[in-house]
Amino acid sequence: MTVRDPFALDGKLPSPEARFETVIVGAGPAGIAAAITAARDGKSVLLIDENPVAPDLMRTDVPLFYGMRMTGAVETPDRMIETLLNSTPALETALDLGVEVLLGTSAWGLYAPQPGLATLPEPMLGLADATRSWLIGFDQLVVAAGARDFVVSFDGWEQPGVMGALALDMLLCRYAAFAGQRIVILGSGDLALRTALTALAHGIAVAALVEVRGTAQGDAALRARLAAAGVPVLTNHVILRAEGGANGVERVIIGAETGEITIDCDTVCLAISAIPAIELLAAAGARLEINAARGGHVPILGANGTTSLANVSAFGDCAGVEDADALAYRAAWVAAIGRSCAASTNICQCEAVSRADLLGIQPPRTLGERSPAIACRSLETLLHDGPPDQDQVKRLTRAGMGLCQGRRCRDQVSLLLGAAAGLPPEAAPFTGYRAPVRPIPLAILADWNEAPGMQDGWDVWFGVPAQWTPYRDIDTPREAMHIAILSGGGHI
Amino acid sequence: MTGGNVVVIGAGVTGLSTAWWLARSGVSVTVLDKGVVGWEASSRNGGGASHYHSPLFAEEQRLWPLMDDLLGYPTEYRRGRVIAAMTEKQLVHYHYMAAMFTELGYATDHIDARQAVELAPLLSDENLGGIQLHFGGHANPQRTVQAYAWALQDLGGRIMQNTPALRLVAAGGQVTGVETARGVIGCDAVVVAAGPQTGALLAGIGIDLPLAAARAEMIITEPAPLMPVGGVDGNGLYGRQTLRGNLAYGGGPHEWLDTGPGSPPRPTSPLARNLARRVAELLPKAAKLRVIRSWAGVVENTPDGRPVLDRVHGNVTIGVMSGVGFGLSPASGHAIRDLVIDGQCSFAEIGKLRLDRFAGLAPDWREQRGWQTGTAA
Repeated sequence: MTVRDPFALDGKLPSPEARFETVIVGAGPAGIAAAITAARDGKSVLLIDENPVAPDLMRTDVPLFYGMRMTGAVETPDRMIETLLNSTPALETALDLGVEVLLGTSAWGLYAPQPGLATLPEPMLGLADATRSWLIGFDQLVVAAGARDFVVSFDGWEQPGVMGALALDMLLCRYAAFAGQRIVILGSGDLALRTALTALAHGIAVAALVEVRGTAQGDAALRARLAAAGVPVLTNHVILRAEGGANGVERVIIGAETGEITIDCDTVCLAISAIPAIELLAAAGARLEINAARGGHVPILGANGTTSLANVSAFGDCAGVEDADALAYRAAWVAAIGRSCAASTNICQCEAVSRADLLGIQPPRTLGERSPAIACRSLETLLHDGPPDQDQVKRLTRAGMGLCQGRRCRDQVSLLLGAAAGLPPEAAPFTGYRAPVRPIPLAILADWNEAPGMQDGWDVWFGVPAQWTPYRDIDTPREAMHIAILSGGGHI
Repeated sequence: MTGGNVVVIGAGVTGLSTAWWLARSGVSVTVLDKGVVGWEASSRNGGGASHYHSPLFAEEQRLWPLMDDLLGYPTEYRRGRVIAAMTEKQLVHYHYMAAMFTELGYATDHIDARQAVELAPLLSDENLGGIQLHFGGHANPQRTVQAYAWALQDLGGRIMQNTPALRLVAAGGQVTGVETARGVIGCDAVVVAAGPQTGALLAGIGIDLPLAAARAEMIITEPAPLMPVGGVDGNGLYGRQTLRGNLAYGGGPHEWLDTGPGSPPRPTSPLARNLARRVAELLPKAAKLRVIRSWAGVVENTPDGRPVLDRVHGNVTIGVMSGVGFGLSPASGHAIRDLVIDGQCSFAEIGKLRLDRFAGLAPDWREQRGWQTGTAA
């Protein structure tokens, strides 16, 4: 008869509470198109989208860099759902075809069969809304999670009014909840040009585009439209700082060799680059590659968007953004800002890690006075041990360890570490993602309906009571007493 | 053998502490690792340092408060622990432990629910009380591992990352070197502290070390205000509040693995939800805190769950801690240093941790315990 370890995970992980033939994460254009196709094929389809995002999450810049520039409208989720439905007419088509649509629902974890996870009963997707979390099963999963904002830090970037282009687009076009009136845009590539035109179309003043390179980037036709609207592109300029008051940004100071310029604005919009939103796929163990033509780290794709995970495909921006220059362009911005901004500028906002402390591999100041030995350590000394490892640097400095899960700093940190090691942007280090890929409150993430097997077969460690016998009692009559009492569940 | 060359295989917490102790004695040390320092279970654990049962514990207790100064780098060590019960069964269990601790000479108090909440304000007001340990404690595993590594380098020790040990090279009943992709590194003695990989390396020179590897999981929340005591266990959980304020908790079922060479896979599973539930029950005033990560570590286990600290085959010293390695590391490195240099531990009797206790072990010991590779059923 086969003996089973009662404290092993085997047989304890739950089955999904519902199954769909096709599940789609992300109700952007790619996700809705996939949902409509699957529904027309007669499949049972679930389409989930995390928008409207809970306002407290938006305030932490998850999943986009909202920079606190949303209006009070986001505080009323029911009205936001109505706004979203109105701003996304294709959702109507999907609903008419019988697609089940869940808004305000995030996908925080994808669990796929893989080495080391033989106890998983079947592929499952972890979902959460404002009240609970649950697991669903699927025959096919389509990840259409879009992109997120590329962020660089400069003096004053931590105040309200410094935000990302994707967040701005979301607030303008889908939420109707942007609180700014006059913006300065960083970057002049297609993303920046489109962002400027969208802002103008919504009645927002665009004071200028700032470009670190010597020439304006992006599509000539878009540039011409912007020029016709009288918006200047200031080339060979970099942002020096954003200044403001209690409500955040009031002006930016940009610099060039010729001197500084002050521009009044309430918002600085980072429109340098979009990063494929690979969190869910990466955390699930999908194989990734760095692909300069697709905007950095992206899932390795087969035909029809298939990933390395069985029955999981990726579409839209999360599968790659078409921008062959993205890596070099991001690196150009990081380098330019590195030259012009103080080393004391925080790079990681959550954990208050400055660029100096990042490159010095220094522990948080909250740990107290730094020892002479650690003051002599730096990234330079660490690089003697091997190539830069962003996870190692994260653990030592805490950069990227905070509530926003590294969304605001990880890309810049990667480029800084790579540059310090003399690596080109495509060889810069990468730090992975872990579930939950959205911050989820303990009480929401919790499984309040777990099966009895999970309760009965729960030990604090490996369920080996002999482990805890005091050394002097080993092989004495007292050992049996300890083992009898310390067996099963409660030991520290 | 002062003055010789020692190769330590495994830049985990046990191997690095050993190397640091050896370097302090003037030994020339090289540490090999397949990845970067502390990349496996040494940095993927709860940071607990309260392992009363070990013969190394008294030395560990003596050393932890000194480690920041001895190493020159911060470990975030804090003394003390609170264990709070949420059920009557747990309370009985914890009180038994308290009696055991007291008998061993480690000061422990029974505390009631109110006292527990005073020490750890995030605890449930519905807790049934528990025990307070005036010993033990916790530290930051990631920072501590790097502290050992840097302190070792400061003493002239060498760490070769991304250099897996492929094979022990033996001649004339001794190990004379360790084969790597960069060539054979000669040595006068070798320490094998490679966690789950230790068994395969020793098998190459005919030594049978029974080990089984399993994956354990933890979750981490955003920071909460600091509690007076950061080491708070109970409700089937182990964990700590970091000095930053995050709650880091683990416990519950594990998955048995077959590990080969290289880095083992360590995915997390939906067990994160069951951990979240127990943390929310134990610390309900933290229930709104958001979970921001989960992670897993792969841990080696011996058949009886106890370490193997032994010098065998003349100049081969085994240092595997069977899943309880981090907290004991200041002392385990000392003990292994003693075994390498003097052949015996100078500060504790550790004969019951010798390898030969498994001499009569049945070849199918894993099957007998049900420690086979995981299945969904």
